[in-house]
Amino acid sequence: MSTQTSTDAGTAAPKVVLQIDNLESYYGPIMAIRGVSLKVHEGQIVTVLGANGAGKTTLLKTVSGVMDPEKGTVNMMGADIQTMEADAIVRRGIVHVPEGREIFPLMTVAENIAMGAFTRNDKGAIAADEEMVYSYFPILKERRSQRAGTLSGGQQQMLAIGRGLMAQPKLMLLDEPSLGLSPLLTQEIFEIIVRLNKEQKVTMMLVEQNAKVALDAADYGYVMELGRIVMNDRAEVLAASKDIQEFYLGVSQDENQRGQRRWKQRKTWR
Amino acid sequence: MDFLQLILSGLANGCVYGLIALGFVLIYKATEAVNFAQGDFMMLGAFVCIGFTNQDYMGLDFMLAVPLSILVMGAFGYAFNWGILRHMFGQSQTSIVILTIAMGFIIRFIAGTIWSHEPTSLETPFAGQEVRAGGLVLGVNEVMIVVVTAALTLLFYLFFSKSRIGLAMQAASQNQLAAYYMGIPVKRIHSLVWGLSGMVAAVAGILFASKGAIDPSTGLLGIKAFAAAAIGGFGSLPGALLGGIIIGLVEPLASRYGPAGISQIAPYAILLLILIFRPGGIFSQTQRKKV
Ligand SMILES: Nc1ncnc2c1ncn2[C@@H]1O[C@H](COP(=O)(O)OP(=O)(O)O)[C@@H](O)[C@H]1O
Ligand SMILES: [Mg+2]
Repeated sequence: MSTQTSTDAGTAAPKVVLQIDNLESYYGPIMAIRGVSLKVHEGQIVTVLGANGAGKTTLLKTVSGVMDPEKGTVNMMGADIQTMEADAIVRRGIVHVPEGREIFPLMTVAENIAMGAFTRNDKGAIAADEEMVYSYFPILKERRSQRAGTLSGGQQQMLAIGRGLMAQPKLMLLDEPSLGLSPLLTQEIFEIIVRLNKEQKVTMMLVEQNAKVALDAADYGYVMELGRIVMNDRAEVLAASKDIQEFYLGVSQDENQRGQRRWKQRKTWR
Repeated sequence: MDFLQLILSGLANGCVYGLIALGFVLIYKATEAVNFAQGDFMMLGAFVCIGFTNQDYMGLDFMLAVPLSILVMGAFGYAFNWGILRHMFGQSQTSIVILTIAMGFIIRFIAGTIWSHEPTSLETPFAGQEVRAGGLVLGVNEVMIVVVTAALTLLFYLFFSKSRIGLAMQAASQNQLAAYYMGIPVKRIHSLVWGLSGMVAAVAGILFASKGAIDPSTGLLGIKAFAAAAIGGFGSLPGALLGGIIIGLVEPLASRYGPAGISQIAPYAILLLILIFRPGGIFSQTQRKKV
């Protein structure tokens, strides 16, 4: 299996923001992450692809500290963080934008966004960041006094991303932002994700089942199956690979069952 | 005239029930635990204040004893969660309920040991004073209870809608996982909620003991407050207060105008009716959880 090159000696190579080594996470006796290693370089969008149940969400939860791993390390810019509490990890600059939005439904849009800055107390900069968030998501500004639970799915996804931005993250963990959204809305959200990466310099670790949009946006990709990384390469290489193209078909035909079966039949990367 | 005095006295009782119910609901909303010792927290708060201010004990100035008691009960609630309950994280609701029931017994025992089982009144500067308005003669303590409860309600509203910690408490109760993701220290927030609930219990206890003698078993009226919380919907702070006031008003009216003994069962009869016709409580659905 090839690993992503990181020549720390070379000055041109971007810094590693996140390095995960041999990570194992459990739900009680169930092993959901089975020895995952990966790297995220500064300024990049790195995607982790995998079918439903592959362990993508568990991986992100372990990084953001709401779950503790049984074995392995999560290293952020030189510091091991796998035993830290979730709030300490947010303060260090990793923010988790959860699967299925998970907004605060009875609070207003503005209050939700303010909660994103809970770990900060630089009032002036927080106000400026609020304007920054509203500039990417003008609809949220229009709806800012409305209860978040009354927003549409797409708007809630925007709110979850905007709320995450308020933590001033160096690294944003995005869990299936396309989930339940129309292709058009998905496209719109992904365009904003790429802009945030370029303009706000937020490094992204993006977990997706929708391989097409994810690889279009990403610089580098990993493929996860049953808790393991089974393949990794630059996004355009993955996009061109036969295995992934088969995977696309499975998903894009909106036939998850069949897609998963095919996915499992492919053994070439083992 | 007489009727208005009856109403005021019922309102005053209702405020105390409402404040105990508020304590229940605060904890339930934030942590999903039901604190069956909330009534005993109230009783303990009253005795702590008696201990600080009554001449038989420390004899401190009343205006000093009140904030001290509130602080002590706040610390007690915080410590109870941080020291004991926090370590039961992941246990079943049943074991937490049993723990709080046991805690109630322990508090009653301790209060009885320190302050005796004799009925004791809180010595307040306004004991026995009256205000006369028109033909009305109103007890200052009863007016006080209503005024303090109203002020506390406003304070709570501001706390939950404006302060950083208050908003974080709301957030953690609406979506605990998302609160973790935002870096809100949820476990500490839970302890703060318990502390807040202890403080409210102290205020309720001080108000209650200012208008009549209490003893260590007084906390059992927490059951009435529990009914008040359920009437209000168990998820709503204004609902808890309203439920308390309804029960407080119905009791004296039922005993005056209803058949003998009806006032004892009236609160539970209302609870039953509410649960049948509006199972979510008065403040269910749209108003739930705000504030
Ligand atoms: N709360 C949980 N308790 C027990 N098992 C879980 C829980 N959440 C996820 N799992 C299991 O862990 C595995 C990985 O799940 P998850 O990380 O949610 O996958 P993905 O996000 O890729 O769909 C699955 O087999 C799933 O059934
Ligand atoms: Mg998932």
